[in-house]
Amino acid sequence: MAKQVLIIGSGVAGTIIANGLCRQIKNELASGAVTVTMIGATDKHMYQPGLLYLTFGKMRESEMYRDQRSILDKRVAFFVDPAKNIDVEAKKVTTESGRTYGYDYLVIATGSRIRPDMIPGMSEGAHWFYDLEGARKLRDALNDFQGGKVIINVNAPHKCPVAPVEITLMLREFLTAKGVMDKSEITYTYPIGRLHGLEPVAHWAVPEFQKHGIKSETFFNTKSVDAAAKTITSEEGVTLPYDLLITIPPHTGAQVITDSKLGAGGWVPTNKLTLLREGSDNVFIVGDTTNIPISKAGSTAHFEADTVVDNLSSLLKEQRWSRNYDGKVYCFIETGMTTGTYIMFNYTTPPNPGPPSHMVHWLKLGYNRLYWLSARGLL
Amino acid sequence: MSEKTTIDARGAFCPGPLMELIAALKNLQIGDEVDILSTDKGSVTDIPEWCKKVKHDFLGITEHKGYWSVLVRKAK
Repeated sequence: MAKQVLIIGSGVAGTIIANGLCRQIKNELASGAVTVTMIGATDKHMYQPGLLYLTFGKMRESEMYRDQRSILDKRVAFFVDPAKNIDVEAKKVTTESGRTYGYDYLVIATGSRIRPDMIPGMSEGAHWFYDLEGARKLRDALNDFQGGKVIINVNAPHKCPVAPVEITLMLREFLTAKGVMDKSEITYTYPIGRLHGLEPVAHWAVPEFQKHGIKSETFFNTKSVDAAAKTITSEEGVTLPYDLLITIPPHTGAQVITDSKLGAGGWVPTNKLTLLREGSDNVFIVGDTTNIPISKAGSTAHFEADTVVDNLSSLLKEQRWSRNYDGKVYCFIETGMTTGTYIMFNYTTPPNPGPPSHMVHWLKLGYNRLYWLSARGLL
Repeated sequence: MSEKTTIDARGAFCPGPLMELIAALKNLQIGDEVDILSTDKGSVTDIPEWCKKVKHDFLGITEHKGYWSVLVRKAK
């Protein structure tokens, strides 16, 4: 009987694992000893970092999407049929269509989603760029914007922890180029007592913000938004007026995770070294879905996926463990429209962002194209 | 009945122990406690300061070998 590998989720982590695994177990797939099946929520694959560029009119939607089938190894059985219930005791996954999939090894890569609905008034009063519809609307709002108070409001938890800093610095250049920065004021709010969760990034951002006249309001945990009055209020009792509110909404994990009682908030308790679900030896959790205290980011998903490919292929071929995940993350940080920097860290080595440069910005633009090789498990 | 949750944020650089605490509190009930483990010495001051600002109950810090555990109770 063939060993069945089932992957739930067709985002960056699930796709890299599916493609990387097929490359590593080609003989087992050819002989029928192993099958690889993926179930996803959509037949399209989005390069999510493209949303930041789309907002400023610097990337077309067609550049951000591929057909999921076209970037998947042909040996992967792929079905657009979202998971509805995951039963790790019975080793069964039921989908919205009513089908049931069994498995020997399960990979859960169901990701995270924005939840502006969790804060009163946010859906009505705020813009965001973390999904396609939101990025389109914000792009239109920025095109119409003729100056005023802009608030960039960060909530926890959220994915891509550097994106709020990126959009702040890019926005300043956008408004300057548009000729309305002298009539505008940008204020950045953050939930804790500094500009970023990562102390080195916060330390780096202070002079960058000061240099460009960007204001900040720390200890700002959003309580509510009043769309009619155009104000945003924090739990700490601070109310700020705005003409344009750009929020990074709080996130939760996928509904199927909470419905299946696999983890509060949609985050699955996961061993940070093995990436196995706590209590399971055949269920891997990757990407945003884990509860590991680490960045929810495409880069994290990518490096976790590489680890899972090595371990799954070793387990299938040799019944042995290969290696643990070391917490590796590498994130580009756009520091404007023409400069960028990066951070790289793992569980034992803190990040240390360097001075912004044109070269890193161009590397990032290059990676925006090269991503499709990453998704195919080649880079 | 209140519950106690432990967050092992040792070695967490990004988004960091305090951001993990904020995220965790959203999934808890009033009266529940969170014990957050951190290797970041900044947590010793960051977390009590945040609790005071946001009006959650800071219950204390215990120093262990190479890390701290900070106990917080959700108050609202």
